This record gives sequence, C-alpha cells and structure tokens, in this order.
Amino acid sequence: MTVVPQRRIAILGALSGVAEATARRLAADGASVALVGRRAEELAALADDLKVRGAAKASTHVVDLVDETDKPARLAEIQEALGGLDAILLFYGVLGDQAKADTDPGEAYRIISVNFTSAAEWMTIGATALQSSEASRPVLVAVSSVAGDRGRRSNYVYGAAKGGLAIFMQGLAHRLAAQGPVRAVVVKLGFVKTAMTAHLNRSGPLWAEPDDAAGAIIRAMQTGGPITYAPWFWRWIMLAIRVTPAQIFNKVNL
Amino acid sequence: MTAALFREREWQSWGRVVRAPHRVAEPITRTEAATAFKEAATEPRGVLGVGLGRSYGDSNLNPDGAVIDMSRVDRFLAFDRETGLMRAEAGVSLWDILAVCVPAGFFLPTTPGARFVTLGGAIANDVHGKNHHAAGTIGRHIRRIGILRSDRDAIEISADKEADLFRATIGGLGLTGLILWAEIALAPIRSAMISQETIPFASLNEFFALAADSAERFEHTVAWIDCFDRRGRGIFSRGDWADAGSRLARPRRRGLTVPFDAPGFALNPVTVKAFNEAYFRYNRRSAGRSTVDYDAFFYPLDAIGGWNRLYGRRGFYQYQSVVPFSDAEEATGAMLAAIADAGEGSFLAVLKTFGAKPSPGLLSFPAEGVTLALDFANRGERTLKLMQRLDAIVSASGGRLYPAKDGRLPPAMFRAGYPEFETFARHVDPACSSGFWKRMIAT
Repeated sequence: MTVVPQRRIAILGALSGVAEATARRLAADGASVALVGRRAEELAALADDLKVRGAAKASTHVVDLVDETDKPARLAEIQEALGGLDAILLFYGVLGDQAKADTDPGEAYRIISVNFTSAAEWMTIGATALQSSEASRPVLVAVSSVAGDRGRRSNYVYGAAKGGLAIFMQGLAHRLAAQGPVRAVVVKLGFVKTAMTAHLNRSGPLWAEPDDAAGAIIRAMQTGGPITYAPWFWRWIMLAIRVTPAQIFNKVNL
Repeated sequence: MTAALFREREWQSWGRVVRAPHRVAEPITRTEAATAFKEAATEPRGVLGVGLGRSYGDSNLNPDGAVIDMSRVDRFLAFDRETGLMRAEAGVSLWDILAVCVPAGFFLPTTPGARFVTLGGAIANDVHGKNHHAAGTIGRHIRRIGILRSDRDAIEISADKEADLFRATIGGLGLTGLILWAEIALAPIRSAMISQETIPFASLNEFFALAADSAERFEHTVAWIDCFDRRGRGIFSRGDWADAGSRLARPRRRGLTVPFDAPGFALNPVTVKAFNEAYFRYNRRSAGRSTVDYDAFFYPLDAIGGWNRLYGRRGFYQYQSVVPFSDAEEATGAMLAAIADAGEGSFLAVLKTFGAKPSPGLLSFPAEGVTLALDFANRGERTLKLMQRLDAIVSASGGRLYPAKDGRLPPAMFRAGYPEFETFARHVDPACSSGFWKRMIAT
C-alpha cells in the first residue's frame, strides 16, 4: 500500500514557540501550512519565513481561537485555502494566574475555556473535517502538558484543563480507532524554552529547546500511541509524581 | 505575549575566560527586540546586541551591563531563488541559511569555520573564510542592513545610503546600533561538494610557496600548522566547488557533544603536542585529492558540539593576527619560536593568506598578508606573557589582531592596528557598549 503523507496542515496557535519550531520542520519538508492565530502582522512574517524555508504554501488566518463563534466555518476556510486538510495541530494555551484563580472563578473559567473547552471544540470539528483527507493517516494532534498529570498548588487549574484535554484526546483516539483512518494524539510537553516560560529560571537538564519538542510532535503525527511525552523522560518523571503518596506530596512546594 | 524583559544571568563567550553577570533580554520578534533596546537606553553600562556567542573574548560581552540575545529573532524575510539575494533577520544562523540556500544552488559568499553563528554576528565581525583571496570578507556581499539606533530609530543603510554608518556597522562589533536584519547576495554553486587536495609541507618556506601557487588556481586555501615544530611543518589544503554532485546534501546535525568541562589538565603541552604529531602523521598519510561534502570541508569543528569545553573550566584564549606579506615569513617564524620557547602550544593553529580584496568595514580585521590563528588554554599569567611576546612581533611587522578572538588586546595596539578607529568611534551608538569597547576606550 502506498503511503500518502500528511501534506496540508492547519496549525492552531501558530505563534507559540513550539508551533513555530514545528512549522519550520514541516516547511523544510515542503508541506503546506495554514497559520492560525490572533496577530495578523506576526502571522504574515511567519508565513514569509516558512515560504523561504520551503513550505509549498503558507496561508494566514486571523482567528480568535477561543472566542470565535463559528468555528466550523473558519475550519472550512482553512481547508479551502490549503485545498484540503490532512492534519490539525493545536498548540495554543495559556498558563494563567493560579494565585488569582485560587479565589477568582472568572480567572479559573478563562484558563479552562482557553486550554480545554475551545480546544475540545476544534478537535471535535476537526475529527469530522479530516474524514475527507486523502492522506493515509490524517491526524489530530493536541499539545498538552505534564502539568495535567497531577494537580499541584502552583498551577492546578491549568493542569486540570490540560489533563482534561489529554483525556478528551485519548477518548477521541479510541472512537476514531474503531472507524479509521483518522488518528488522534496528545503530546504532553515538559519544560520548553518559549515565551510562555520566559519568566522562569530555565537552567538545568529538564529544559528542552522548542525544536526538540517539535521533533517529538512530528514523530507523534506519524506514529505512536494516543499519549506521548516530550521529551520522553517526562513519562517516568510524571509516573513518579503520580504515585507519590499525598502525605509526602503535600509537604512539597511544587 | 511576554514582553522582552531583561533578566539577571551569568553570560559567557566561547573562550569562557570572562564570566560575568549580565542583564539579558531574549526577544523573539523585531518588535520585542526594539522594545528591549529602548528599555536598555537607561542602562548605565550600555547594551549590546549579541548572537550565538561564538566570539571568543569580550567583544560579545557587556559585563554588569545589558545584552540583547538576538538568536531567536531569526525569521527569513525573502529569498530570490533566481538571483540568490536573501533578506533575513539578524538572528538567523548560517546553518539556517545553508539549509535553505544549498538545495536552491547557492552558498554563502564566504564562510567562517563555524556555522552556528548568526547573520548579525557575521556582519558585526566582518567574517572571512578560506576563499578570502577570491571573495574578500562577508561584508563585501552585504547589500543592505536594517539597524536600530537609540538616537534615530530604525533605519536602512547600504553602500549608497548612509555609507559611513554602513562601513562602521560592517565589522563594527555590534556597537553602531542593534542590527535587526540584513540582505546578503549568495553565491551560485554547481554542487554541494568540494574537490580538495591536501599537501603536507615541511617548513614555512614551503607553505609560502604553496600559498602563492594556489591562490590564483583555487578558490579555497587554508593550512594547519604544527606549532611545536620550529620549522613550521603542516598540512596545506586547497579546493574548489566540484562541478558535479548532489546539491541536496543537507547539513548534518551535530554528531558529538562535549557534555561537561574537561578537567583543566586534559589539554596540557604533552597531550597537545601528541595531538599535533598524530594529526600531522594522519594527514600526511591520507594526503592527496578527494571530494568531500561542504560540511566536512568548511565546518570540521561544528561536528563536536561545545568543543570549547575541552579546555576545562578556566577556558582558553584565541589569538589571531595578520601581518603584511613583506614581513610575513619572518614574523610567523618568530611567533612559532616564541610559542615553542614558552613550552605552550596550540591545539589548532591555522595559517592562511589574505588576498588584496579590500575589507569594507572601518574595523574589518582582514588585510592583505598572512593570518595565524592560535588557541591557548588559559593558564593565567603565563599565557598572558606569551601573548605579550606575540604582540611585540605582530606590532613590529605592522600587523594587527582580530577583536572577535580577543580578550586582552592592549588599547594602544588596537589603535595602531586600526587607523580608522577615531572615525569609527564617532558612529558608535550612545546606548551601546561592550567589554571589549570599554577596554579600548579606557584612558
């Protein structure tokens, strides 16, 4: 059987650091990409860059991915711009202000609707849209976080939303596996040196470059189970964190 | 989006001798870089735009001051696949440029021996390569530069537009403002392969004969020299782009990485001498003609990530001089003798002739003559003394040193070697400074 690769790829939240690194790798392989985000000027600069790097096509779509009221229409436009759709990669998210969310339900609601509710909507619509793909294995990829593996005082609302997204993708993968050929994958990222984490002390061996995370995401697009950790060692770190008894965990300030 | 704020950090250059706290901004877009540059206007010790940190000394440091790390402001703006004209942001690396232009049949007009350097850094040091006699420095191929001045905002400069500032910015060590983007004319290639020839030589005299004979016939020439050998034996290498072969060869990813600092004694005179002996013997045996990919020919050291850590925690000095042809053989011989007398030795000593193509920058290093590049493990006073002896030889022959490699050049020697120093100083942005610059203007 000939394998038809994923050539037409929508990137939701294209201005995130990991999204850009991923888009560069896709461009170098000659893919067509639709760049979706809020800031028109930066999207245009990114599109120019990706065309030089080898993208067959780079279209830009200024969309508020959270508040957009007609998501199916926007996805149809993207599909039209690329002449079809073989993969949807969802990168956007917001860390939010946990201290504020401790007492302010508005902040908690915002963190959850950005990271979970709107993402689940896009993935639901995407699963249907990808049915018409000509690729052998059309794929939905959502970027989640290791923060979703155990609730911690420093970011549990963000963690809940990202953990919810992972369960959602796992379930979607389960449903799609029964009907094929569309796959669904969630990639749980550890610490990555992007704008989102610029305020943290980023020294130490756990910090990955955006390009390393991008490599893991591209591998996840092609093969592998519904839940991938990137870099790989986070699977074992998070396993250790999940099984730590609460009596001990509660004494740790994480 | 997070604004580009400055954060306190220890920051070091490739030689790792100077380690000092810096306030560091890591912008991602040109807009963020501009915001950071503006914010830094109040820095008492000034601000410096920096790239991937491959300069060896303190020209890319600003101890106790601010630096703007431009290496993530790295988007391509345009590439004309017909003419080879490319426009890119300052933080784009030569590695990135090659990944794009080689498959399209273009190469850098000239390249230093490392491709993990940024376009902005290549301009700020007006870098040269093995084809200096054919192509001159990279500055000769820069068409336009977008630069941000603290006193004038963002401007575009070229050989026709603000020519003085353009000449100051090429080789200007990042001091004339924050370089945001540049346009470079790439050179067409027929393949991504080089036909090379390596020839052992037994003395400096033979080197000069080989260099003279090769300069007109080969685009690329360079020599490695065994600095433990007073006669100056070495390996001469020359090459041209091959007519046939794949253009699609992708640059390799780094193979090895030096994961930690080697113990300080790893590179001592005995091991370095043994390395030089082995290197000479190996290359003498394998001398002759071969065809290799551009990666192997131009960037042998890039195959080992973090090779600077081989020198251990105390770091190392680079020492690169150029002396005019008139005195070259004598001066080079005297430098080798001084190194041998001191019982020091360089891990990699590189000897090369520079051609007559004038360098465009006011502070460009290359000048017609012979350049010798050396590296010395930092052994404190001993090493500094040896370099002072070398200084005397270089100065007496009317030569000069390369600021990108430097961490201790005496200001008087700098001024004597760079006669346009005063003109250059007038173009320095009032907000910009560096460790190197503070040393040079200290009175």
